[in-house]
Amino acid sequence: MLQSHLPLFLVLVVALGLGVFILVVSSLVGPKRPSAVKADAFECGNPPSGYARERFGVKFYLVAILFLVFDIEAVFIYPWAIVFSDSTRGAGTLSPLLVVVEMVVFVGILMIGLAYAWRKGALEWGPEHGKGLETTTAGH
Amino acid sequence: MLEQVSPSFLLFVPIALFTVAGACGVAFSRNIVYAAFSLLACFVGMVGLFAFLSADFLAVVQLMVYVGGILVLILFAIMLTNKISEVRRSNPSSNIVMGGVLMIVLITALLGVVFGFPWTVGAPQPFAATTETIGRAFLGSYLLPFEVAGLLLLAALLAAVVVARKEMTPAEQDGKGGTP
Amino acid sequence: MFLLIATLLKFIFFGLVFAIGLAAVLTWMERRQSAYSQDRLGPTRAHFFKIGGKPFTLFGLLHIAADGASMFFKEPVTPKNADKFLFKIAPLIGWTTALVTLALIPFGPSLPSSVFPASWIPEGVETIYLQMAHVDSGILIVLAIGSLGVYGAAIGGWASNNRFALLGGLRATAQSVSYEVALGLTLVGILMAYGSTELGSIVESQNGLLFGFLPAWGLFIQPLGAVLFFIAATAETKRTPFDMPEGESEIIGYFLEYSSMQFGLFMLGEFLEIVVLGALFTTLFLGGWQFPHLIGTDSVSVFGLFTWNGPVAVAVSGTLVFCVKTFFVCSLQLQLRWTLPRFRYDQVMRLGWKTLLPLALINIFVTAGLIWWDPTLSILSYVSIGIILLFVLVVIAGPRRPPQVAHGH
Repeated sequence: MLQSHLPLFLVLVVALGLGVFILVVSSLVGPKRPSAVKADAFECGNPPSGYARERFGVKFYLVAILFLVFDIEAVFIYPWAIVFSDSTRGAGTLSPLLVVVEMVVFVGILMIGLAYAWRKGALEWGPEHGKGLETTTAGH
Repeated sequence: MLEQVSPSFLLFVPIALFTVAGACGVAFSRNIVYAAFSLLACFVGMVGLFAFLSADFLAVVQLMVYVGGILVLILFAIMLTNKISEVRRSNPSSNIVMGGVLMIVLITALLGVVFGFPWTVGAPQPFAATTETIGRAFLGSYLLPFEVAGLLLLAALLAAVVVARKEMTPAEQDGKGGTP
Repeated sequence: MFLLIATLLKFIFFGLVFAIGLAAVLTWMERRQSAYSQDRLGPTRAHFFKIGGKPFTLFGLLHIAADGASMFFKEPVTPKNADKFLFKIAPLIGWTTALVTLALIPFGPSLPSSVFPASWIPEGVETIYLQMAHVDSGILIVLAIGSLGVYGAAIGGWASNNRFALLGGLRATAQSVSYEVALGLTLVGILMAYGSTELGSIVESQNGLLFGFLPAWGLFIQPLGAVLFFIAATAETKRTPFDMPEGESEIIGYFLEYSSMQFGLFMLGEFLEIVVLGALFTTLFLGGWQFPHLIGTDSVSVFGLFTWNGPVAVAVSGTLVFCVKTFFVCSLQLQLRWTLPRFRYDQVMRLGWKTLLPLALINIFVTAGLIWWDPTLSILSYVSIGIILLFVLVVIAGPRRPPQVAHGH
């Protein structure tokens, strides 16, 4: 077990407990006067129309996938950065050249992907760009 | 193991229960959004288990990639899907008999392994930071898998762009302009 | 038991008193600043008593208490069709993640345990870290927990069953996910330069001087990284100019349906995020609690006029320095609100993916090359100072847009 992670767990519990405490106290001391109008969804004064949870643009999904790819890339880079830092100071057995070349290849592969997404307009959000991207708005 | 209840065991039980409860939520929830958020609880429990096993880097990766990335993807996928609001229809339970049979077989196999294998209880290892060790492994014996992982990520990226691009006729484009 | 009490004491000081206190003061600062920019008086009413016929308002500071009390005593409304359970837990997420992140930040130098009575300290504990959790992969955990913050907005927006709230939640998620990439890659430069993922040792590595007078802070060896980090972190806090998820005049935000303290937690969580960003920027790029010429290894000296020796002196003044630096970064962030207009959503996405991400990757490779060339970091610091000087020169002597003359007719 990681002794050093225990305080982290403790802070998590304390912070969460404090938040719950604040919410509970607030809901106890606050008034409760429910009404149908108050419970309506607020749409800037207009009567709410229909159900809110409709479909959204596929671009949000694309952004999530792009994020996932680069997040994993970052996860691979962190250990590399630590090893690189040691190898330049002669602490390890690895030569800095190998370390750098490996990462150049790895990031280079992903750069091809980024360039492709860029050229295909997957990074564009404006209405004038990326016309090919399907925009699945809510069917009105 | 049960006869000597150590403090770390007391910590392990709530983490494990939390993880299992999350997994059960995923399996039994009738509302797909609740299932997704139960998956969140399950993943967070896994982070706790990794930290418990002194695998600090894996705990971080679990948090960053699964909780922070894949689950966002799942949530977006749910929100993108049509008629997802009808939760009764989106998550029907079917094939209960087949599932039950499969479950019994799997549980028997797992219990067989748990009680049949001669486990050796090792001495607790002193904690060592794993980030650098993993980095050395990437640059040493796992150099090729590391680069292949890069190619896999590239494939995922290209596929995402291609899948999200559906060629539309001009008429369709006029009908569906603008993002929300 | 010792661990429990020590952690709680540190949490009470750094988490409750400093961070939440500063977050509360920042709400007041923001109101004063907004009023100043718009030629208004701002918060001036709340008072308990009058002195000489004038209400004693303490520059409007009492409005913090008034706001808090008013939020506490309001009715928490849960809208119709909202998901009751998720609606209630959403405000807790941002608040909790911000406080847990603070646990990893060292707010002062470590103390030898000998300064405390021996009966307080258990066997084997030699150093008391002024940091709640001294964890080896600290900076990675900060990033990982930061990626959890988006769930507050996503869950809150979805659970509200309100179009605007859902749109706000989606925008917030996509935006923070986009900037997380840049944020994560920006820090690689710092990791390479200092060779550690533990925040305390990153601060320790920033001691010493460059050219004999300049503090060897992260800012002076990673200037591009610092700027990218600041921009990406500002986008993560969803403040102007990155406030499309809220867009007060447009879609109000993912917390649209929240009232009373449920909203209060969302708001406090957001201001806590500003404090976290300030503390993190201070730790990574401004040398944390270090201040050369002022705080030595075992004594504090103000230009030789006043000296105070011993580890307690260093710890107290180091903590003070850290708090002041954090406050400085926070106020810098508040300045942005009335300086820059809000972006359009496509501009935000373009900035994140097409500017910050490539720049962060370039930063990694340039930094790697310079560290490889000279592992003692001196060439890196020469180049960095050069970049900073060039930037200052461009700002001072560069082309200026002529002042826009308003045409009368």
